[in-house]
Amino acid sequence: MTGFLVLAMVLVIALGGYGLGKAKARTIAASAGAMRSRPAHHGLLVAVWCGLPSGALALAWLAFDFVPGASGSAALFVVVMSVAVAGLAWSRSRITARSKARVQLETALKILLAGGSAVAILTTIGIVLSMVFESIRFFSMVPLHEFLFGLEWSPQIALRDDQVGSTGLFGAVPVFAGTVLISLIAMAVAAPVGLMSAIWMAEYAPERVRAVVKPLLEILAGIPTVVYGFFAALTVAPWVRDVGSALGLQASSESALAAGAVMGIMILPFISSLSDDVLRAVPRAMYDGSLAMGATRSETIRKVILPAALPGVVGGLLLGVSRAIGETMIVVMAAGLAAKLTANPLEAVTTVTVQIVTLLTGDQEFDSAKTLAAFALGLMLFFVTLVLNIIALRFVRRYSEMYE
Amino acid sequence: MTAADHTVTRDRVTASLKRRHASERRFRRLGLAAVVVALGALSVLFTDIISKGYTAFRQTHIDITVFLDPSILDPAGAADPKELRRSDTQSVIRAAIRARFPDVSGRRDLRELYGLVSQGAQFDLGDRLAADPGLLGKSLAIKVRASDDIDMLIKGHISRDGPENTRRISDAQIAWLDALIDGGGVSSPFNVAFFTAGDSRNPEMAGILGAVVGSLLAMGVTLVVSFPLAVGAAIYLEEFSTDGRWARLVEVNINNLAAVPSIVFGLLGMAVFLNFFGMPRSAPVVGGMVLGLMTLPTIIIAARVSLKAVPPSIREAALGVGASQVQTVFNHVLPLAMPGILTGTIIGMARALGETAPLLMIGMVAFIADIPGGLTDPATALPVQIFLWADAPERAFVERTAAATMVLLGFLVLMNAAAVVLRKRFEVRY
Repeated sequence: MTGFLVLAMVLVIALGGYGLGKAKARTIAASAGAMRSRPAHHGLLVAVWCGLPSGALALAWLAFDFVPGASGSAALFVVVMSVAVAGLAWSRSRITARSKARVQLETALKILLAGGSAVAILTTIGIVLSMVFESIRFFSMVPLHEFLFGLEWSPQIALRDDQVGSTGLFGAVPVFAGTVLISLIAMAVAAPVGLMSAIWMAEYAPERVRAVVKPLLEILAGIPTVVYGFFAALTVAPWVRDVGSALGLQASSESALAAGAVMGIMILPFISSLSDDVLRAVPRAMYDGSLAMGATRSETIRKVILPAALPGVVGGLLLGVSRAIGETMIVVMAAGLAAKLTANPLEAVTTVTVQIVTLLTGDQEFDSAKTLAAFALGLMLFFVTLVLNIIALRFVRRYSEMYE
Repeated sequence: MTAADHTVTRDRVTASLKRRHASERRFRRLGLAAVVVALGALSVLFTDIISKGYTAFRQTHIDITVFLDPSILDPAGAADPKELRRSDTQSVIRAAIRARFPDVSGRRDLRELYGLVSQGAQFDLGDRLAADPGLLGKSLAIKVRASDDIDMLIKGHISRDGPENTRRISDAQIAWLDALIDGGGVSSPFNVAFFTAGDSRNPEMAGILGAVVGSLLAMGVTLVVSFPLAVGAAIYLEEFSTDGRWARLVEVNINNLAAVPSIVFGLLGMAVFLNFFGMPRSAPVVGGMVLGLMTLPTIIIAARVSLKAVPPSIREAALGVGASQVQTVFNHVLPLAMPGILTGTIIGMARALGETAPLLMIGMVAFIADIPGGLTDPATALPVQIFLWADAPERAFVERTAAATMVLLGFLVLMNAAAVVLRKRFEVRY
């Protein structure tokens, strides 16, 4: 509340500064004649000097809480207001007929814009730092090799200190295995269907059909993941279980197959549109040349176009895998919680994202190995998806350079 | 090569043609099948959600006639609206139900009888009484909400067959309900409460207003955070940046951020906003900031594309008549790029509106019955509400989850339609 009040006051003073600066510039203009800058520029410059330093100070103060408590907010008020008024008085006193208000104003604007672009870098730094620090604390409790190679994952925390197994077990291999299993199922659905539908739409579909089908497929990409999760948990999972039991197979009601298949549907339009771009980038001459040699269309696609487009297609598939690994809501709603080391798609497995969500939702102390483990998993997730994306983009870029 | 060789080759080609054409047809059918599978998945998804959800827009009501006894509702005789809202409307409603079925006696039977009607009925009546204290002492024919199990039975979602102890509804309750239906005392009007109430543990009292308001508050913050920053960054990178290395660094960061899983942004929000800066948990302002950071790359990329599309001749003309670089960009280039930037912004906001995972990390998953009134009030968001209801055990929450999903998809359709219209109407072609 104090924050809003202070910022509102700063805004009011800055508006006042604009008016005062403009008025002074007008009076000078009336006596001195020509000015280097318009009165509005002088006014805006005063407003910038008045609002920016004090506003930045107020935000920093609020964020880092320099002086806590009630006296702190009073001090905040006094300091910020005096900075604002001082900025106003100083910049107003500098208004002369010769001052380059517009140039200075534009410099300030450029600095602000550059600051906007710095936020992207700050966000990355924030992500890396926050996860690295918490992960270091986690690895001081649980050794790195136990996390990476341990086969048991049961991050319960004991109620009493002397309880047996009070530390919990943090071997993440079953969690990684579950993630890989579900991602593989998803890609087994998304890769063939996405690629084949891209080929059909690029090569075979009549123009009018494509004009309808393409936007329809893009709808799939716009559906929120929580909707897919609901669909997976309440429709597909029971269906998989029923079909499984009809075939005499023991299927869990939270099977990896249900979550993976629905995730595949989610990734499908992504693969399809990336493949479409890649196939279109292959020079028409290669296609025509192959047809002229007497190859059928499918032979051309399989033996000429696809090999030529392979790096791009592989890049697109890798981006799809990175999406599957990072997808959260479908697996939270439709996959299991128990970490089991299995390759059976009908059993329940858990994933990295599911574990992050379950470890961090609910109330618990922030220093326990249990919550810190979520950040270690998050770091792994960030690292793996980053590497996949870099490799994929390199593939795609090399490919697009090939035919330029 | 001799003539004989040619004949052999031709024969081989002719002989293989049938096989090759069959393979061509197979390949083609395979492609068509892939498209059919994809479209089939889409239609199954939509059919499933709509068929599960459409019933939630109606709610079963039961007609009763209540006598608004002043000795129970207003013992002090003050007719103070505040007191009337909290008065013992439950007894009055129970008396009315008992009057409808005078034969029922015994504690267990009476409890089952009262169970026909939702607990929400007493609050509705209290509100009505508070709005019009003049009703005291009169008899009033009202429609009260039926409880969720009755509602499900009427809608056919739970069966009345099977042994009594496996059902949530007893034989006696079914008999009373049938009596009510025969007397014309059961109706299914539009479910107003679904759009005007906050969350509740009782499905028939639960609504999406709290979640919608929470989403709108968070979206407001997202827009305020991401739009100026993203447009500023895009303008800087496209128009002003002279330092190639800085631009390259920012570009690499943007591309990587665009591919970072959304849950990682949630971890960032938890570690930085909640733990480091000590911002409140479950607050739309934090949710909006996290979603804003997540949306940033989307808008930056869209804004850069539309700034690039403005032809250099516009810039050269402005610079040529003496405009400064800043004046050129802000008075000439930016207005022309604005439709494209806004389209990208709407698409980014639509993605943020459907995003759930980061909000789980910053605590917007709590059960919150109140409608949030400000940016720092605890709140949920529409997709989180769907997640919470999908987990609820009551059968009646299934249709509400699906209905909330329909509302969310409706919002997304509107936003995307707006983006399409914007693109079609205002896009400048050079």
